[in-house]
Amino acid sequence: MKKLSVKTIVAIGIGAALFFVLGRFVAIPSPVPNTNISIQYGLLAFVAAVFGPIAGALAGLIGHFFIDFSYGWGVWWSWVIASAVFGCLMGVVTSKLKIEEGQFGTKDIITFNIGQAISHVVAWIVVAPVLDILMYQEPANKVFLQGVTGAIINIIATAVVGTLVCVAYSRTIPKKGSLEEEN
Amino acid sequence: MINLFNYIEKESPIHRLTGATKLVCLLLWSFAAMSTYDTRLLLLLAVLGIALFPVGRIGVRDVSFMLWFTLVFLVLNTVLVYLFSPQHGTQVYGTCTYLFGFSGHFAPTAEQLFFQFNYILKYFATIPFVLLFVCTTNPSEFAASLSRIGVSYRVSYAVALALRYIPDIQKQYHEISQASQARGVELSKKASLTGRLKAASAILIPLILSSMDRIEVISNAMELRCFGKNKKRTWYMAQRFRAPDYLCMLVCLLLLGASIALTYVNGSRFYNPFQP
Repeated sequence: MKKLSVKTIVAIGIGAALFFVLGRFVAIPSPVPNTNISIQYGLLAFVAAVFGPIAGALAGLIGHFFIDFSYGWGVWWSWVIASAVFGCLMGVVTSKLKIEEGQFGTKDIITFNIGQAISHVVAWIVVAPVLDILMYQEPANKVFLQGVTGAIINIIATAVVGTLVCVAYSRTIPKKGSLEEEN
Repeated sequence: MINLFNYIEKESPIHRLTGATKLVCLLLWSFAAMSTYDTRLLLLLAVLGIALFPVGRIGVRDVSFMLWFTLVFLVLNTVLVYLFSPQHGTQVYGTCTYLFGFSGHFAPTAEQLFFQFNYILKYFATIPFVLLFVCTTNPSEFAASLSRIGVSYRVSYAVALALRYIPDIQKQYHEISQASQARGVELSKKASLTGRLKAASAILIPLILSSMDRIEVISNAMELRCFGKNKKRTWYMAQRFRAPDYLCMLVCLLLLGASIALTYVNGSRFYNPFQP
């Protein structure tokens, strides 16, 4: 395995800390009572897009583990792993984007959003329910309904939050060749 | 902020175990409880988990909030399982015994009730142990324990960094949020759904941009100190293994072994009292 660069390690640590803080303390009430919108997946998508699949997977894994850990309701490995899968897939599908070089145009926004929708669908409608069935033998229709609801909410949250954050970040970086010689 | 992770500093045999031991035990215990649905083993795990609380000198009062949270979650899940799949038990155990003279899709069956009893038991087999782990393990020991059980020290260091920066980022989030609210950013139910998401992004953007600067500063500092040059790394919080550590890991390993063995003996993950 390729050694992780120091910057990736720090990005994993800070990404996990951000994921934790957003997931644990930032509750945006949604129209459905007693459910909150988890904007941390917008952040995770951003971290994965900028730092790659390993950073995305580990930041999701560590951040989600600490959220479960601090609530003390037991660590739901199936959902923790699904977060990691989302981060990893997100890093893979966005590997062609160059947000860190300041490029994030309309085409990139479309790639980013199609990628995040696919990653969310795989993570919450395939990975999480299947693991729930394997580990806890829960009835299939219940876990799939939970998965579909989660996926839809997360896709909307990531589409708004993730896109805005990526656009804002890419604007702070000067593009290549943006300096012009004056006469 | 201090109580973020519910760690309770006390002097007890469980506190004296190393973090690595407790982490290994937690993993083994979780896998044991996850893989089996055998009522007898789950009962044993549940009783054992609860019996460990006095040993760790953790009272019910210390964990009452978390316990309530879990119970609400548990009740909700149990009801959902019944609503979505009242015949799940019948499928699992292969027989169908109607109770109280009802029949039909939603009629209670002995198998369903037994399945749901096992389902609840499964929570009780894992949650006390996790609560105990949360209350008796110092989060600072976490990274050291991870590297101890063979996780690459680079990854362990990322965990340590996350723990170090959670309070800082939390504080920064709070400051940015208050500053934005003072400028009229609306996060409550008064705003529409997309409005709320946009408002959240307005807080997130400064937070994330300053975090990107932070990543730059920290990674430069680490590179200047030659992080990652050597193959190994020592940890301030690391502790030596002692006899009780080995004993605990052995017990948990045996529990996992029992769980796997029972699956073979029963022929499935379920203990089936309905078929002779």
